[in-house]
Amino acid sequence: MSILVDENTTFIVQGITGREAVNLTRECLDYGKGAKIVGGVTPGRRGRDVHGVPVFDTVAQAVEHHGGPIDGSVVTVPPAFTKDAVFEALENGIKLVVIVTERIPRGDVAQMVELARERDARIIGPNCLGIIVPDVIKMGGIGGPARDAAKSYSPGPVGVISRSGGMTTEMSSTLTAAGLGQSTAVSIGGDAIIGSSYAELMPLFEADPETEALVIYTEPGGRMEAELARWVSDNHSRLPIVAFMAGRFMDEMPGMSFGHAGTIVEGKEDTATEKIARLAEAGIVVAEEISQIPSIVAEKIAERAGSIT
Amino acid sequence: MRFYEYESRAIVAKAGIPVTKHGFAKTALEAREIAEEIAGPVVIKSQVLTGGRMKAGGVQFAETPDEAARHAENVLELEIGGHMPRGVLVDSRAAVKHEYYAGVVWDGIRKQPVMLFSDMGGIDIEEVAEEHPDHVARGHFSTLRPFSDWQAKQVIASLGITGSALNRLTPILARLARLFLEYDMTLAEINPLSELEDGAFVALDAHMDMENEARSRQQALLRELGVGDEETRQAREATPFELAGEEVDAQDHRGVAGNVTEFDGNLGLVIGAGGGSLTLFDAVRAHGGHPANYCEIGGTPSVRKACGLAKLVLSKPGVERIAVMMSIVSNTRVDIVARGVIKACIELGFDPAEKIAIFRIPGAWEEEGFKILEKYGIDYADRSVSLDGAAKRAVEKIQGSAG
Repeated sequence: MSILVDENTTFIVQGITGREAVNLTRECLDYGKGAKIVGGVTPGRRGRDVHGVPVFDTVAQAVEHHGGPIDGSVVTVPPAFTKDAVFEALENGIKLVVIVTERIPRGDVAQMVELARERDARIIGPNCLGIIVPDVIKMGGIGGPARDAAKSYSPGPVGVISRSGGMTTEMSSTLTAAGLGQSTAVSIGGDAIIGSSYAELMPLFEADPETEALVIYTEPGGRMEAELARWVSDNHSRLPIVAFMAGRFMDEMPGMSFGHAGTIVEGKEDTATEKIARLAEAGIVVAEEISQIPSIVAEKIAERAGSIT
Repeated sequence: MRFYEYESRAIVAKAGIPVTKHGFAKTALEAREIAEEIAGPVVIKSQVLTGGRMKAGGVQFAETPDEAARHAENVLELEIGGHMPRGVLVDSRAAVKHEYYAGVVWDGIRKQPVMLFSDMGGIDIEEVAEEHPDHVARGHFSTLRPFSDWQAKQVIASLGITGSALNRLTPILARLARLFLEYDMTLAEINPLSELEDGAFVALDAHMDMENEARSRQQALLRELGVGDEETRQAREATPFELAGEEVDAQDHRGVAGNVTEFDGNLGLVIGAGGGSLTLFDAVRAHGGHPANYCEIGGTPSVRKACGLAKLVLSKPGVERIAVMMSIVSNTRVDIVARGVIKACIELGFDPAEKIAIFRIPGAWEEEGFKILEKYGIDYADRSVSLDGAAKRAVEKIQGSAG
């Protein structure tokens, strides 16, 4: 099993004729069991095709052509047009929107998230690389070309959630090299406001029988780690979690933002030191180095298996 | 990006929130003219983008225009926390009866803006929230539906405020909430929001931060305030080295090779991507290394851009070697970064094998990249070497060469 997507998931690519979207489409079609990309949308380009995927002017045309509801959309349009594209997807019944675009102002993101809530839909991102279920499907640029993604990702028991797209792959590759595959890896995005936080994905991983442990990549800025720590404590999560915290040096440089827009520290709870303390209180192991993660995960999985039998 | 107080005051005034009579002066002479116009006691406030003005002597009180000019002259020369003031704000001294606090910030967990209101103004709101939580009221609001005044009223009334104070404060908080969304602020704060002896409510100080990502669509406001595109308004001003990094990145629109921050070490870093750079910078320091800079490569930069970034780092005084490292790349091409950094070394007259302490970028086009690195005898690592391991190797090499 997996979370969010599986081999039957259908999706469209909004902004499909852009250079990077063309590559992304190829990558997703080639990976695993082959993504079911049922259409692409670029206004004014109806009638063309991208690697065999038909291009439409509107999402409504794509839905009509498909002949039924479409599950998801990957949005790769410029920041000034993203809100409109996401609204279009949501109002046409799409329930899972992966926003790749970066540099979108928070006011726009908040509006998209609010509409998604009203439409009972979910947003992943913005500023993310998407979702991958190893050997099955990838939705977004995560892992790169199919051949490269296959080197880093392998199927297995570990869920991965990361605020950095590149580090999703780096951590999964480290797990793969140690013989620990991934159930689903989600690049959630590096912005201050994102559609789905760690805590919001927790119930999904919790309900996924294949997932036995979680690995998360975190950074300074925001309260998402504190929210996760609270969720884990309140819900007595069955899943051991191992975290890696990057950007510890930023604690000495208040008011500066490095790496991702979301790393701007706006309150005392936002620092790396504070977050590590919050996570540790909730029983989440914070690894000093990424190379330590696989052995800690293996140990935690074994411990859990031992305590059950 | 942060606004100066005089700009923040202009923003709240534009939104219809009352302010005291004031003016912005760049010279003592201008300060005197404003004081003459106010025709009463004034406050001279240093205009710096940092806190602690009062303690540093950056806020002075004057009874006469002469005194105002003298104080302005001193305050204009006074450095506060490493910042020279851009000018002084000359403000009427108001007889204050009570001080309130009104603010709007983003709540990243609820993913909505939240109004904060307190009847204990004039001090840091975080302090009030910690010590007197019953004196801070909060209210989230929708970004989809138009803001309605009752939302502000409800927040203020929840503190027990009633009568004419409630009716006068409500439109102020409502206007603050609307301007927060309209101008893409990340912080909009009036502190103190003062009730004067004559019954008027005015913003005596204001603090506004606008989201960098929104600068392009807020050009009208920025032009009106006279804020130029070159003003980054970061926590510290950009150094010439950092500005040169921005130039490299602006050469063309393909990919990123920039986001440079200057440090004073001997190990130059050509690193990426966002999360990878954070991880690598920590790792270099954890192994006792001294980075000369922070930077980021991401997306699909050209050879020219990668070369430009490497040249900039290699030319920085005090840099002995560079480490070229990234987390596993999926669209950045290993061979292109390899070509870029080798070209930079050669064009500057360095032996790449000597200057590049380590090259650790696995991922897309790695076979091609590794072949080139081998040809030049450069020490490189594939994904079997962790980010931490690569950083360690670079630090050991540079310490070995120094000792």
